[in-house]
Amino acid sequence: MKRKTIIGAVLAIGVAGLGFAFWMMWRPEIATVSQHLNADRETLDRGRRVVEAGDCAVCHTRPGGAYMAGGLPLVTPFGTLFTTNITPDPQSGIGQWSLDAFERAMREGIARDGHFLYPAFPYVHYRKLSDADIADAYAFLMSVDPIKYTAPENHMVFPMNFRPLVSFWNLLFLHGDPLEPLPNRSAQWNRGRYLVEGAGHCSSCHSPLNLIGGEKGSELFNGGVVDGWTAPALHGMTEAQHPWNEAQLVAYLTGEVAEGHGAAAGPMLPVSLSIAQLPAEDAHAIAQYILDLKKTSSDAPSPPCTSGVKPSATALRGAALFEGACASCHGRAAPMRVIESRPALANTSAVRADSPRNLIQTILQGIPMSSAASSHYMPAFAHNLDDTHVAALAEYLRNESCANRPWTDLDKTIKSIRAQEQQP
Amino acid sequence: MITLDINGKTHELDIADDMPLLYALRNQVGLNGAKYGCGLGQCGACTVLVNDKPVFSCLTPCGALAGKSVRTVESLGSVDQPGPLQKAFIDEQAAQCGYCIAGMIVRAQALLEANPHPDDETIRRHMAPNLCRCGTHVRIFAAIKSVVAQGGKV
Repeated sequence: MKRKTIIGAVLAIGVAGLGFAFWMMWRPEIATVSQHLNADRETLDRGRRVVEAGDCAVCHTRPGGAYMAGGLPLVTPFGTLFTTNITPDPQSGIGQWSLDAFERAMREGIARDGHFLYPAFPYVHYRKLSDADIADAYAFLMSVDPIKYTAPENHMVFPMNFRPLVSFWNLLFLHGDPLEPLPNRSAQWNRGRYLVEGAGHCSSCHSPLNLIGGEKGSELFNGGVVDGWTAPALHGMTEAQHPWNEAQLVAYLTGEVAEGHGAAAGPMLPVSLSIAQLPAEDAHAIAQYILDLKKTSSDAPSPPCTSGVKPSATALRGAALFEGACASCHGRAAPMRVIESRPALANTSAVRADSPRNLIQTILQGIPMSSAASSHYMPAFAHNLDDTHVAALAEYLRNESCANRPWTDLDKTIKSIRAQEQQP
Repeated sequence: MITLDINGKTHELDIADDMPLLYALRNQVGLNGAKYGCGLGQCGACTVLVNDKPVFSCLTPCGALAGKSVRTVESLGSVDQPGPLQKAFIDEQAAQCGYCIAGMIVRAQALLEANPHPDDETIRRHMAPNLCRCGTHVRIFAAIKSVVAQGGKV
């Protein structure tokens, strides 16, 4: 009798567990559609702006690949993902998705056929978009050239290669409804908040991630690392030793050189070129909202930079390398310096940052030609300089701008960045 | 004193660490193939190979070259015996004023040494840093393609 009870209880728990797992991890397919309404021009224009604000093409277009056809590798701590084809090709793209299926993907991270999408796709932010914006984005994506292309298979490590586990991740991180404007703030501030927290998903890169790849809610906008570049903290930019104003941040956000600061590079460059496609009011709104993010108590204040320390032997060697490799553009009398009020290197955030990452990345990879009106191109030096040269240059530049806080671990950082990069 | 390994020969030069390689090549060693174009790494006329990789010699300080091998266009052939790319550039008449050509040939050399069968897109992307003010890119492209068509041996 007693044994029967135990067996019964085990069975009941088992069935309940299975039921729970099923409820957690199974999502229904949404029926295919074969025709799409032809949207009018205004809808498509609005949709294009939502898609630019969401940086969709930054990930969903691989270098040299067709617009929105996917295939860009995203290297995560859990393996490598390849972005998917979101052109309206019926088989390899999303041409058979209805608006309902698209909206479920944007808000809940579920593909049309019911499989869980990995949260590298920022649905935790896109779920904050308005219904109208999602519908416009859908109309626009359905209007781009359909491309037949299937991305390579993902290489995720066990157990992350089992997609239904994402449901547990969603339980922790997927919450919040479409953003409602705060009544006590200006329309511009609210627009900025909507763009930054929604489509722009800025905190995806500009916040530290926890062990399972979720944004640390308590350290929102405290800065993070993406693709080996530092995404700096966005708090307290107006209070920094080298403060930003709205005009400078708007220039930076739209792919131009920010007077006295520098210009976007690395993973931020394509983002800035996307923002440059938006109406100017949107860039101003984003800048206003970001500049309103105040320093939090958890931000450890770094002492202000001072210069004037006698350079070390390494820094002197760096100074010689600077003269031969950098001075023709970055030297005091260089003609390049008078274009667009380009700042002295000592004032750029790459040289003043706590981590040497972005300076090293810029030296090694350069800044590619871009579509901006006057591209802030820089050639790559990965083959001209080896690790000791890059370290000497960095030590020299740091000594010029922030001698009281020298970078430690230069050699190690350079080595790790070199290892990550596969230079062609 | 700086020791440079250029086209397989060792040169002891009394120059400063910060002298760009291009100046040493042209003024000290007498190799005038690589040209001074912009001095800013934006045109590619000064391209040479350092450890088989194409670099802008105008932005490469000699002090960074210890233990590295430098190769210039002069190492790829001579007037009497042009190398495969040099011959193809002549056959296709790829030069107009000729100022960019040494850099173009050297950059193409680096590509074909690493990948003898590049597709068109790869060639275009690889050659993008080098500019030709006369606009002979189409013939330069054809010259590289003709070497690829013959097996890509350089």
